[in-house]
Amino acid sequence: MALSAVLLPWVSAMAAMCLALGLVWGFFFTPDDFRQGATVKIIYLHVPAALMAVNAWLMMLVTSLIWIIRRHHVSALAAKAAAPVGLVFTMIALFTGAVWGQPMWGTWWAWEPRLTAFLILFLFYLGYMALWNAIDLPDSAADLTSVLCLVGSVFALISRYALIFWNQGLHQGATLSLDAEQNIADVYWYPLIICIAGFGFLFLALVLYRTRTEIQARRLKALIARDRAV
Amino acid sequence: MPDLGPYAGAILSAYGGSLLLLIAIVLISVWQAHRVQRQLTSAEERWGRHA
Repeated sequence: MALSAVLLPWVSAMAAMCLALGLVWGFFFTPDDFRQGATVKIIYLHVPAALMAVNAWLMMLVTSLIWIIRRHHVSALAAKAAAPVGLVFTMIALFTGAVWGQPMWGTWWAWEPRLTAFLILFLFYLGYMALWNAIDLPDSAADLTSVLCLVGSVFALISRYALIFWNQGLHQGATLSLDAEQNIADVYWYPLIICIAGFGFLFLALVLYRTRTEIQARRLKALIARDRAV
Repeated sequence: MPDLGPYAGAILSAYGGSLLLLIAIVLISVWQAHRVQRQLTSAEERWGRHA
């Protein structure tokens, strides 16, 4: 709690700065793409949100494994705290993808590997949060949600690597690449990297903040149980 | 304001919807934190009187 109290203002400030800079730069000061036109501006939301939607689940996977192996309560609460944030990032990725897809592909949605895997990831987020709320005993809830998280990780990975596993579908290749020829042009790359950092910092800030709330809620539950026992 | 051409509706709705979702998760997190903090403070005060 002490460390998170020190980190939280700095991480929040970094998130606000990076998001403001990246989005303003991307929206106002980048040119239209020769094929996509002005819709290229949607990548500053879509790519970071999709990246963080998968990374959020992977973070939940790590903390769930720590819970399963070490029974560390804060790790289970951190996974619980991260789920709504990951859900919002997944919703942004699906929404901005659909809005971009309509003028570019001529359709809001296609049942192709990456989009379908992302939709399943979205449903896993909903199921994970519902399972936490459905079980009263915190340790049992942490056990069962951890198992669900392990299963969902398959879809999180599929949603990231669907293009490699199945070389079909409408979705284009990765936007970011270490290969300079494959990577997007510098004029789009700089604001995009800043937006990705902004989404990353925002995720970290929200997870820290929400985990503190979950720890306090756990303390509250214990006090109420003690009150009843007296 | 940049000229968004025929895609203005799509781009502005993508930005509007996404920012709305981001603001919503921040506000919900703050509201939940305040609610839990308030309940915890009152429970600790009650427990203090019992002890």
